[in-house]
Amino acid sequence: MIRTALDQIALQVVDLHKYFEDSHVLRGISFTANRGEVVALLGDNGAGKSTLVNCLAGKLLPTRGEILINGTKQVINSPIKAQNLGISVVYQDLALIKEMSVVENLFLNREIMHSNTLLNRLGWLDKKAMEMRANKLLRRLGGEGIELQLPVSMLSGGQQQIVALIRAVNAGANIIVMDEPTAALGSEQCNQVIRLIRLLSSQGATIVLISHNLGQVAKLCDRAVVLYQGQTVADIAVKEVTQLELLALMSGKQCDGVSANQFSEYKS
Amino acid sequence: MMKLSAQVTANTLVYYTFVLTVVVFTFVLHSSAFFSVENWLNIVRQTAPIVVMAIALNVALSAGQLDLSIGAVVALSGLIAALLLPEYGVVIASVVALSLGGAIGAFNGYLSLRLAVPSLIITLGTMVFLNGFVRYLSGLESIPILNKPFLALFGGGSIWGVPTLLLWVLGIAVSVYCVFNYVQLGRHLLATGANVTAARAMGVNTIKVRIIAMSLSGFLAALAGLLYAGRMQSARYTLGESELITVLAAIAIGGCSLLGGKVSIWGTVLGVWLIGILNNGLILSGFSSDVQMMMKGVILIVAVGITFRARKQ
Ligand SMILES: Nc1ncnc2c1ncn2[C@@H]1O[C@H](COP(=O)(O)OP(=O)(O)OP(=O)(O)O)[C@@H](O)[C@H]1O
Ligand SMILES: [Mg+2]
Repeated sequence: MIRTALDQIALQVVDLHKYFEDSHVLRGISFTANRGEVVALLGDNGAGKSTLVNCLAGKLLPTRGEILINGTKQVINSPIKAQNLGISVVYQDLALIKEMSVVENLFLNREIMHSNTLLNRLGWLDKKAMEMRANKLLRRLGGEGIELQLPVSMLSGGQQQIVALIRAVNAGANIIVMDEPTAALGSEQCNQVIRLIRLLSSQGATIVLISHNLGQVAKLCDRAVVLYQGQTVADIAVKEVTQLELLALMSGKQCDGVSANQFSEYKS
Repeated sequence: MMKLSAQVTANTLVYYTFVLTVVVFTFVLHSSAFFSVENWLNIVRQTAPIVVMAIALNVALSAGQLDLSIGAVVALSGLIAALLLPEYGVVIASVVALSLGGAIGAFNGYLSLRLAVPSLIITLGTMVFLNGFVRYLSGLESIPILNKPFLALFGGGSIWGVPTLLLWVLGIAVSVYCVFNYVQLGRHLLATGANVTAARAMGVNTIKVRIIAMSLSGFLAALAGLLYAGRMQSARYTLGESELITVLAAIAIGGCSLLGGKVSIWGTVLGVWLIGILNNGLILSGFSSDVQMMMKGVILIVAVGITFRARKQ
């Protein structure tokens, strides 16, 4: 199979703008994320990260600008549309149903139905099949210790995060956006989640990661997209910058030889 | 004692109370008719429409909606059936009554979402409106039902000694139980009731799900109305009107969350039967209906209290 460079781009955002009434919150966001890449989305409080994520999740419609998925321009006007396009957002508060069990969460709205035609029409669930699939998924993705029938509220924070990620994978997502996935976790749980992120990206998933932990970004991410007051001020390989330089970019300072040319190079 | 109170959670409360009540009354009323199959079948017959109403409310609550209009829908459905029966027969009368119930529920759900007003308020409005409407429709008269097939289907008859009404109750309870435990719709109802934002984020069409919940609730309430009218062999504007408190008390003690996202079908059935037995036992012990009303109020508060405490822990 011949792969062109364009074929590799999973997500491309071009000059995205968002107004809330007359406040101009996103003021020209542009970046790309390739297949199998872990991209950090950085920016100070209020830089517009969550707004951007909500545009990708189909919760907000951008005022103007384009979002391309696998090279095709898309209007993401609902969470269902986002899901169909293979975009899944794992929110800080996880958006799991705490009262429901792990399997129920993994298969919510993606239930496997009974194969019998009549029962299938009724929406009768094939619980065995879902359990087997869930077991396989957990084993493949490093969630062995997680008890399938337990309500999610009884899992540890790291396990919940892992379930949320596995849910995204099971929902067919190949672009996974995460809002501070490890902020509330202890170091061992944090490592579990990081291992899973690495595993998913090595299998071709594109991960967009909002994080305030620059040390983690340096270890985990391939590229960093920096927002400042609603604009992209940098889209650079993490290897090529120091954490201090990233910090400077986040606070709106120009960084010698980094942001300006790299960014214009990308734009042209 | 500590251990016992730890075991009596919101889910099991109704079972303990049920057994305790039966045992107490059996001792207190050992010389009366209380402990007889006939008396118990009678309780089952009398409470059948209320069980169905309580299951209807379970369905609404599962999606986080409260439906106060079920009592009024019971009266409306009974009256509509009674009015249509002489001319159009059992099929059309029942279908019209049931569809009307479903439509009122869907309307409640739609309006509450459209206006972003809690369903509690909307259905309170619907309830009062329908209470007035059934008075107008019936002219405050009760309408006798003479249609034999209707009475055989919904009334107080028996098949091989089993009351038809018991079969209805069990049939509906089993069906709704299956919906919540084995069917996709049940999952979506519970997910919507437990955490509407998360359900929406996972692509569940929560608007549709909530309207379906309210519509099913209205449909089941209408069915309760048919059972009520069938048992009474007549329809009256007061049918079901005063049962809302019984339904709420039964649901609360049965372990269904009044906040949504959790149902307990068998707990609810037992909850209604428990209140039926309490009523029956109190009457046989010589207490008046005032005491029964006070008791329902107490049950509601105690059960809700225990449920909320269990939630916090
Ligand atoms: N619905 C809204 N209406 C008006 N302004 C909004 C709305 N949502 C966000 N904003 C504004 O947009 C700006 C960007 O907010 P956003 O939540 O995207 O920032 P963020 O980068 O996610 O910040 P944080 O790191 O604190 O999460 C903020 O100034 C915020 O006040
Ligand atoms: Mg944010």
